[in-house]
Amino acid sequence: MIQFFSDFFSFSFLLRALIGGALVALSASLLGTSLVLTRYAMIGDGLSHVAFGALAIAMALSAAPLLIAIPIVMLAAFLLLRLSDNNRVRGDSAIAMLSSASMAIGVIVISLVSGMNTDLYSFMFGSILSMSQSDMVMAILLSVVVTMLFSFSYNNLFAVTFDENFARASGVRAGIWNALLAMLASVTIVLGMRIMGAILISSLIIFPPLSAMRLCGSFKGVTLLSALSSIVCFVVGLFLSYALDLPSGPVIVLTNVACFLLFSSIRLVRGRKHFC
Amino acid sequence: MSRLLTLDRVSFAYDRRTVMSDLSFSIDAGDYLAIIGENGSGKTTLLLGLLGLKEPSAGTITRGEALLLYRIGYLPQQIPEQHDFPATVREIILSGRLNRHGFLSFYSKEDRMAADRVIERLNLESLEKRSFRELSGGQRQRVLLGRALTAAEGLLLLDEPVAGLDPIVSHDFYRLINELNEDGVTIVMVSHDIHCVTKNSSHVLHLGYGHFYYGTTEDYMNSQLVASYLPDRGAV
Repeated sequence: MIQFFSDFFSFSFLLRALIGGALVALSASLLGTSLVLTRYAMIGDGLSHVAFGALAIAMALSAAPLLIAIPIVMLAAFLLLRLSDNNRVRGDSAIAMLSSASMAIGVIVISLVSGMNTDLYSFMFGSILSMSQSDMVMAILLSVVVTMLFSFSYNNLFAVTFDENFARASGVRAGIWNALLAMLASVTIVLGMRIMGAILISSLIIFPPLSAMRLCGSFKGVTLLSALSSIVCFVVGLFLSYALDLPSGPVIVLTNVACFLLFSSIRLVRGRKHFC
Repeated sequence: MSRLLTLDRVSFAYDRRTVMSDLSFSIDAGDYLAIIGENGSGKTTLLLGLLGLKEPSAGTITRGEALLLYRIGYLPQQIPEQHDFPATVREIILSGRLNRHGFLSFYSKEDRMAADRVIERLNLESLEKRSFRELSGGQRQRVLLGRALTAAEGLLLLDEPVAGLDPIVSHDFYRLINELNEDGVTIVMVSHDIHCVTKNSSHVLHLGYGHFYYGTTEDYMNSQLVASYLPDRGAV
């Protein structure tokens, strides 16, 4: 056991994946609480596909991946928010269109540049090796911004999430909050998809809040438990994937699934009465 | 009696399509105004205008000195997605005080005391720690009314508050609104339920397509308009 951990920590890339990944998981779960409850959860999924296309383009241009991907994904986030506000195209259809278009562009760009090789695989399902020094710094910054936002503007976020109309009537600029959340979600997705992959990153946004909602009936409880369970699932999943020599993204998703099932069965035994 | 809101020849439009034009009326403290009218006659738009969330395309809405911006207790139409929302009754009622805070927001002791007062006034003590998603339709509506009261004790704007509630629960809800009105709370209520509303309200604003009627409930009941809206009344 001790040997296992000392081996693990002797690799600096694993340490970076652990710290950077856990902080991304924390940010994703906090933002996810708002996104899931405002029914914008699928935006997270759509954006991860856009991020895939954007990273492929960045790779083709041999440019810094984050520099290209983050602005493109943010742009897509604003577009999706506007589309769902306008109701001209149904929000979920708009997301599906944007997702498949971006995936198609991404795959074509990758096959033009390098042929279908392992790069594609690591883009889709993530790689534990890919968390660079600068990714980790970004992850630290992101998690600081997101946690500060949730600590200091918690009541505004609650109001916007629970009832946007009432929040507006109270003088809360709901549009700005939604844009801010979408922007931070974009950064989270781009950073997270290096480890989790384009297909799996949305699980970090969706699973923790849904698991927490099994046990908690208060917004505060859901937010805190979501953050805690997200970090625990990520760390456990990463250790498991290293120990079992399995790809990290899918193992982390499955630890989240296990957590969801555990919380669901506790709720089943206990009935509807909530803990927190 | 102090004047809270005055509308002078107000029009509202979406993308240049006018939904309502030349509307003039006023709301005094202590009024109980019922806004009725067919679907699409602009009732919700008018509420948004009163809340200061939608600018009129013409005319002016004047606030009385007693009425500060965002100090209106608003009870929006419920959205079905809210029904499984994880939030405690107390969290929701306290969120009514948000109109007193800015970007960085922590509730003060005063805010908590205001929430306590409303919880007591609406007999919500036993539900205080319960989760919104565990409540019945009538209980939910009482909680949202509590949030509106926490936001402002002077003026409540209620948008179809009994939609989807069964008759007994609706009746109780109307009685609660009456009690609040008797305590001096000004009520503006949008409703489809003309029978019940006209029984309780002091004034009626009837919105039609391109025309409107504003007057006391008594005058309204004797007008031609009510006969067209309530065909069975002619026989009574």
